Amino acid sequence: MRVNRLAVAAVAILATALSTACSGGSDEPSGQAASQSAAPAGPVKLTYWTWVPNMDKIVTAWNQAHPDIQVTVSKQAGGDDAAAKFLTAAKAGNPPDLVQAEYQMLPSFVAADAVADLKAETAQAKAEFSAGIWGLVTLGTDAVYAVPQDSGPMMLYYRKDLFAKYGIEVPKTWDEYAEAARAVHRKDPKVFLGTFSSKDPGWFAGLSQQAGAQWWSISGDAWKVAVNDEATKKVASYWGGLVKEGVIDGMPYFTPEWNKALNDGRLLTWPSAVWGPGVLSSNAPKAKGKWAIAPLPQWNAGENHSGFWGGSSTAVAAKSPNKAAAAKFATWLNTDPQALGLLIKEGAVYPASTKGAALMTEAPDYFSNQPDFWKQAADIGATARGFTFGPNVGVTYNAYKDAFDKAVAAKSDFAAAVQSMQDATVADMQKSGFTLAQ
Amino acid sequence: MAATALPRTRGHARPSARRPLGIVPTGVLVLGAIYTLFPVSWVVVAATKSKAELFSTSTFAPGTGLLSNLADLFAYRDGVFWLWLLNTVLYAGGGAVLSTAVSTISGYTLAKYSFPGRGLIFNLLIGGILVPSVVLAIPQYLLFSKAGLADTYWSVLLPQILHPYSIYLARIYSQAAIPGSLLEAGRLDGAGEWRLFRQVALPLLTPGMATIFLFQFVAIWNNFLLPFIMLGDDHRFPLTVGLYTLLAAGANQPSLYNLIITGTMLSLIPLIALFLTMQRYWRTDLSGGAVKS
Repeated sequence: MRVNRLAVAAVAILATALSTACSGGSDEPSGQAASQSAAPAGPVKLTYWTWVPNMDKIVTAWNQAHPDIQVTVSKQAGGDDAAAKFLTAAKAGNPPDLVQAEYQMLPSFVAADAVADLKAETAQAKAEFSAGIWGLVTLGTDAVYAVPQDSGPMMLYYRKDLFAKYGIEVPKTWDEYAEAARAVHRKDPKVFLGTFSSKDPGWFAGLSQQAGAQWWSISGDAWKVAVNDEATKKVASYWGGLVKEGVIDGMPYFTPEWNKALNDGRLLTWPSAVWGPGVLSSNAPKAKGKWAIAPLPQWNAGENHSGFWGGSSTAVAAKSPNKAAAAKFATWLNTDPQALGLLIKEGAVYPASTKGAALMTEAPDYFSNQPDFWKQAADIGATARGFTFGPNVGVTYNAYKDAFDKAVAAKSDFAAAVQSMQDATVADMQKSGFTLAQ
Repeated sequence: MAATALPRTRGHARPSARRPLGIVPTGVLVLGAIYTLFPVSWVVVAATKSKAELFSTSTFAPGTGLLSNLADLFAYRDGVFWLWLLNTVLYAGGGAVLSTAVSTISGYTLAKYSFPGRGLIFNLLIGGILVPSVVLAIPQYLLFSKAGLADTYWSVLLPQILHPYSIYLARIYSQAAIPGSLLEAGRLDGAGEWRLFRQVALPLLTPGMATIFLFQFVAIWNNFLLPFIMLGDDHRFPLTVGLYTLLAAGANQPSLYNLIITGTMLSLIPLIALFLTMQRYWRTDLSGGAVKS
């Protein structure tokens, strides 16, 4: 009997603990109910998941100017994990009001009904962005699912000093790039012109965009998936050939060994996006002032195209009780001159808005040898073309990593790896119940 | 543990080094110690390297950046590192204490009382050991969301309190360490069950409890997935999740490797200190028996 009493006591203690916890932590979980009734009385409270550095400082500027809408920043880990976490939270019914959404992840948020349509609230913001970038948040529909924040037009980063040392010109076409790769590797077998990263599907997507790929498109109610279109196969076969020849390395980006190769001057180029200086200055600090940028090599001489790698937007959760206030903040953050200035200065963001890009004047410290860095970047940015992302980019990207990991290791056919990306994407969309056009 | 066991083993092995077999266990332990200490020593060395040195100097060459790394880490977002450390101490300390209490009572009850359903409960617990807690994290998140408890301190504490393996351990330990005759003697002397537990069983159980506490403390200290899923507010993050936000800073931001490594090194110190101070509780094991069985 004593034991029973003990158990009862334990249960009672647990129950008390639970109920105090309920009342203690009520501001977020029961916020939905609370803020609807309390909204007229106190300020609207919004939570914002982002991974932009120093976003708390930028938000402080907003909070001071808008006592009626108070935003709390919760800094998250960036990338694919953040998207998965947001989708889980949205499914469980307690997402943050605002969330940083990478362009390629936005369609999966829309497919899960996790983000709100901001068409009415963002009617005026539309003029602040180029049509190409605006397309990334409308997904080619009438709705507007987010406000663009930053973008990542791609360009060629190259070691100016080592190009001179090995006697090569900045390649204007991919053919010239291949020739240069052979020339460099012949002169010093330890040195490579570049490397093919099997860990960065976003990079490969950007290169495919440059070549004119359209991985997804919507016709009527049906999705069309063309990850294996001619443009993508051309890009894959090109890199596959060079890897097989052994003149392009196969180590992934952002790894310690990649950092080391950059520092040792064993990698001469990096086809990357406008945010490259941040990465280079942190991972290859010794090479400061030795890098320069040029437009990506072209597929046909005389053409002028680029693609996008990365970039994100600010979306409002469909379940947020304060959508209008959240949309107001998202618009301010990404179009207001003060906010844009702070984003550039504190957040090291390359703003998506045309006004914001014009605010970039002083070249990054790492590129102090290239005073017209931002002018070049803006010119290149104007030539970048994107494509509509599908609702299951995560699956496609994982398939990329799996297939190209093997293809790089075995130096086998890269076009076959593209085919397996296509197959995985189609299979997953069929399983998830999307209608597919043939 | 391998690290702390090593010197003692070596001390014992020396005098009788003539025995051919004596060298084998020592050798295995030395290998184990190297295996476990190698990554730790890498962390310690790497923490001394500045950003520029991290990827350019040879692996085990000490750098010159320790102080600036520490200063940068403590200055990062107005010292959020300390908050994460406090949170981790709360989750690991609080969680381990509660878990030890629950496990000890449950294990003792299962070992020393026979009541209907005891076998069933125990078998369920054994089954629970087989389910990795990783698998449970998302269902737990959905449940906690329904209860309005997601993104609170409780959402990380509560799921880690009930730990089947610890209960199993407590039961095995109670069976071995508390002779039934001792409890019988206590009952004859008129002690109630609660008093028996507190004054007879608990002192005997201390080494087992220390083990459970350490296991749980380390497990919660290192736990990543549960707080990662449960918590949205970065002011409630433990160190594991907090440092991860420095690593996965988004594609266009550099990972703050030197801060992460320095933070990792600092977060090792409390664990090492804990193991060193808790060692003495294992030694009491030897003098703990009161009756000869």
